[in-house]
Amino acid sequence: MWQTHLFGMNAFEFTMLVAAGSFLAGLLGALTGLGGGVVLVPLLTIFFKADIRYAIGASLVSVIATSSGAAAAYVKEGFSNIRIGMFLEIATTVGALCGAFLAIIVPTRALAMIFGFVLLYSAYLSRKPRPRAQRNLPQDKLATKLKMNGSFPSEEGGIRQYNVQNVPAGFSLMFGAGALSGLLGIGSGAVKVLAMDQAMKIPFKVSTTTSNFMIGVTAAASAGIYLSRGYIDPGLAMPVMLGVLAGSLLGVHILIKAETKVLRLVFSLVIAFLGAQMIYKGVVGTI
Amino acid sequence: MPKWSDQNIEDIVGTLLRVGVTTSAAVVLTGGIIYLLRHGSSHPDYHIFRGEPPELSTLSGIFHEAFTLHGRGIIQLGLLLLIATPVARVAFSIWGFAAEHDRMYVIFTTIVLVILLYSLLGVASGL
Repeated sequence: MWQTHLFGMNAFEFTMLVAAGSFLAGLLGALTGLGGGVVLVPLLTIFFKADIRYAIGASLVSVIATSSGAAAAYVKEGFSNIRIGMFLEIATTVGALCGAFLAIIVPTRALAMIFGFVLLYSAYLSRKPRPRAQRNLPQDKLATKLKMNGSFPSEEGGIRQYNVQNVPAGFSLMFGAGALSGLLGIGSGAVKVLAMDQAMKIPFKVSTTTSNFMIGVTAAASAGIYLSRGYIDPGLAMPVMLGVLAGSLLGVHILIKAETKVLRLVFSLVIAFLGAQMIYKGVVGTI
Repeated sequence: MPKWSDQNIEDIVGTLLRVGVTTSAAVVLTGGIIYLLRHGSSHPDYHIFRGEPPELSTLSGIFHEAFTLHGRGIIQLGLLLLIATPVARVAFSIWGFAAEHDRMYVIFTTIVLVILLYSLLGVASGL
């Protein structure tokens, strides 16, 4: 049966293929800034015929690895704001716990469909032009009280100050980002950046690096639930984690000078295609 | 004694994350090699979800499997180390904020740590 034993592959061949696919996902995710985690679950379920719960477990583990690996590089550069990150992690970790408990009761077909819509939305977000960031905003009372305002080394040289806005809106969006992460085993970096960059008016560079910093902690909150529920299979998680980690580390290194516009377009089309596939498979029940 | 600043804390956090990820990847790789050497020619099947047995989903089970040098147990141990890395980062940040005498952020960070530890209760309860 090729559906259960994919073309009669043995464990060694299966591991190598999954590692290669995960490497590619990690590489493209890092190069385009869209994250590799989002294509892993469709890759594992559609091409490797894994049950979506095993796929989600393996994906979540790889998300912790890439986020922590990248955050290690970013925190030292002084872009990420650890106070904003820590405060918002209260929302993302509670959300992640809720998401992980939901994942246990939601039928796998529904999970596949939700996943599909999230993929389509990420593809759309990645094509949408980002509105020009506002600068020199007034100090917000709550954000100031929470000591969130900060500064970072700007592109023009020197230090740029910023004042954080709309803390409650950002906090609520972060709860949603955490819930999606726990439900689908993804980093939901796109929603986190949306919350910080769009709602809280935090400069883009600070938003993306702080988001990266938060993803690992958010994912750790649901990983415990996944592990105890038996979603994390070592034979599957091993090639996925090592592959994605290696791919994303390489991606970050070549990113510095790479022209990624076309790559970003191609990758967002791939994401949209996979999203449609997941919805279709969920509807007809072949997931 | 120099005053602790955000930059000092961020440097240590960066090192902590790097060491955590590198160590866990090395452990997972070691376990993976043992697993493939012993079971490389078996036919894995992930199409039907069965869930992992207690040996691979509880703290005591994973420790037992890893220290008897079972490949799958060693991989799970590496993944546990990986999950522990952000938890350690949060725990360290409590200390960091305390060193800066920032009581408000000591409280926020403690809340996050409690949530993380709560999520790991299910894994530890097998102990």
